[in-house]
Amino acid sequence: MRVVLAEDLHLLREGLVHLLRAHGLEVVAAVESGPELLDALVRERPDVAVVDVRLPPTFTDEGLQASLAARKRIPGLPVLVLSQHVEQLYARELLADGSGGIGYLLKDRVFNSEQFIDAVRRVAAGGTAMDPEVIAKLLASNARNEPVGRLTPREREVLELMAEGRSNAAIGQRLYLSDSAVGKHTANIFAKLGLAPSDDDNRRVLAVLAYLNDK
Amino acid sequence: MRLRTDVGCTYPHLLRHLRPLSRPPRLSHTGGMSERGTVPALAKGAGLFCVAVFSQVVAAVVLVGMLLSSVGMVFLFPATVRLMRRMTRLNRRLVAAWTGTPVDEPYLPEPAPPVPIAEGWYRDGRSLYKTPLIPAFNRRLNWLLKDSATWRDFGFLAADMWAGGLIAGAPLLLVVVGAVQLAGGNLIGLTWPLLAIASARWYAPWALHVYGVIARTFLGSTEKARLAQQVDRLARARTEVVDSQAAELRRIERDLHDGAQARLVAVGMTIGAAEELMESDPAAARALLAKAREASSTALQELRQLVRGIHPPVLAERGLGDAVRAVALDTAVRTHVSVDLPGKLDAPLESAAYFAVSELLTNVVRHSGASEAWIDISCQGPTLRITVRDDGHGGADPSRGTGLAGIERRLAAFDGVLALSSPPGGPTTAVIELPRALSVSPRPPVTWRTITTGICWSLCWIPLFPQGFVAMILKLVGTPEKSWFLALYMPERLQWPTIIGMIVLGAGMLATASVLTARHRNAKDAACA
Repeated sequence: MRVVLAEDLHLLREGLVHLLRAHGLEVVAAVESGPELLDALVRERPDVAVVDVRLPPTFTDEGLQASLAARKRIPGLPVLVLSQHVEQLYARELLADGSGGIGYLLKDRVFNSEQFIDAVRRVAAGGTAMDPEVIAKLLASNARNEPVGRLTPREREVLELMAEGRSNAAIGQRLYLSDSAVGKHTANIFAKLGLAPSDDDNRRVLAVLAYLNDK
Repeated sequence: MRLRTDVGCTYPHLLRHLRPLSRPPRLSHTGGMSERGTVPALAKGAGLFCVAVFSQVVAAVVLVGMLLSSVGMVFLFPATVRLMRRMTRLNRRLVAAWTGTPVDEPYLPEPAPPVPIAEGWYRDGRSLYKTPLIPAFNRRLNWLLKDSATWRDFGFLAADMWAGGLIAGAPLLLVVVGAVQLAGGNLIGLTWPLLAIASARWYAPWALHVYGVIARTFLGSTEKARLAQQVDRLARARTEVVDSQAAELRRIERDLHDGAQARLVAVGMTIGAAEELMESDPAAARALLAKAREASSTALQELRQLVRGIHPPVLAERGLGDAVRAVALDTAVRTHVSVDLPGKLDAPLESAAYFAVSELLTNVVRHSGASEAWIDISCQGPTLRITVRDDGHGGADPSRGTGLAGIERRLAAFDGVLALSSPPGGPTTAVIELPRALSVSPRPPVTWRTITTGICWSLCWIPLFPQGFVAMILKLVGTPEKSWFLALYMPERLQWPTIIGMIVLGAGMLATASVLTARHRNAKDAACA
């Protein structure tokens, strides 16, 4: 799997390259600025890009902008964005085109290498990987939303994991539930939120996120 | 820098913007001229005259007080001035309410109470005192004596009846004089009231206006007093800013010391312990390392919180508009944000505005019981205006809690103000205004477009009318008059083509000018959006 990496701090960049290589991913370009990133993305057309939000030269949201620009040219280009802070605003912008292949994680999620690599692979496969903190904020801002309030605590847990982009199997593993039990919960959630059920994991996540975003 | 709960008159210019959002503010008590009737104007004039007569009495009392002070009974002076100021305050209020001329208080700021020096004594010039009584009195005396407003006040009280009072009360006096003459059997007395009634329609409002102007000349602030007040306000704002900044730094230091720093020490120690166990007990070492990782995550979490409190990353990355949008997204109340800013603001000012908005939004969530909120950020010239409105139950009271006072302090550093309207039953509207937030963009450079537009607009009428249509009419009528119409000087066969050519040229210039102007306007609108 070919990866383009953008991170301006040398130490962190080397660490990430090392981590990705150790898990059998091929880092085809490791760049340190926004323009370089856009260039590399368009040239290399990687299977997935791992991008820090804040990059030179402006040290604002250069990485995010470059990713969005690249996705405009190459629709559905999988991008995993890393940041020191997560904002619903950025998550919305990333998800806006509705074509999936989006990851948005806090930088410290890298500490848990297995989960991080899992997220990279999920995004590369066109799935979604949202940081639990984004989801928590999303649900908190939906606190006064009637249908969300009607969910049982278990359903809420399932909803959180689902919104993070996890498959039924992964949710079951995490919550120690059988696949059929997870299926029942998701069906209930979809019914309560008034969403059309879907078997496709990715479509499902996007529907849930769109619903929560549309408060 | 005061805050008013109900729509007060602290920032009248801000209230205009409250009007479409909430109940119309009660402005009638300041803008008395709204009732343009003659009878009320006459009544007010008569009232002002009566007050002027009373002022004369007060002036006499004050004069006695001052004379006594000057012959040694100096302790009477502050009380005398206090009496005088009470009277002029009443005058100012009446003038503002009845003539529609607002009159500011011109007094110099009151001196601070004396502070004891190290040994517990109070210094006043070269003398030391055991109690603050005499130094405080001296300061007050100096303050009153040196304030020119004291003497102007006295001048007003003494002269009011003979100047403004006489003008304002003339109709009343005419009626009285007429009545006295009539009572004496003199029929000429009838003419005075008739004159007063006949002229009242235009005289009464004019007299009130003149009275207002005279009163403002005597009672209003001088440039010196205005500057002194401004310096005082700035000094206070600076002290507050410096204080709050120091407190903020202390808080950050404490947070770092007790939080991230301590956790990093723990991480280091845990890794050290794991290192020692590596050989003897690899399983325990691994467990310790996992713990260290967790601790470093927590440290990061705390640092993130801290950073958010100092300067939110979205603000640094995207500016005020998107930072406010981000806050709105995280808010449990449905919040609509509209932003109309032409450019990026200065970082410190942006940060103050951001924290003010986020505090207001927190209040909406916590106290208002609102289901929806609206934030509007826009600019008017160099002034940044932010309106936060909700559909809650209102009744916000700035005297309870410290949030609103904190916002005021933050804004004061930038000469910003906060106006709050929160009648019981709602809705609540807060308007923040920050002057000089945006550097007014320099005049747009003169481009060929500007020049073309200018030439087309200013000259299109020449080919269109005199050289085109007028020449055409003259040609049709067939007068021998040629005047300055180019076409008529042409050889016969070129006359019509010239006329039509002129009309086409004029119309073309008109069309070009219109199109360029419309495009320019669209571009400007787009730039603002």
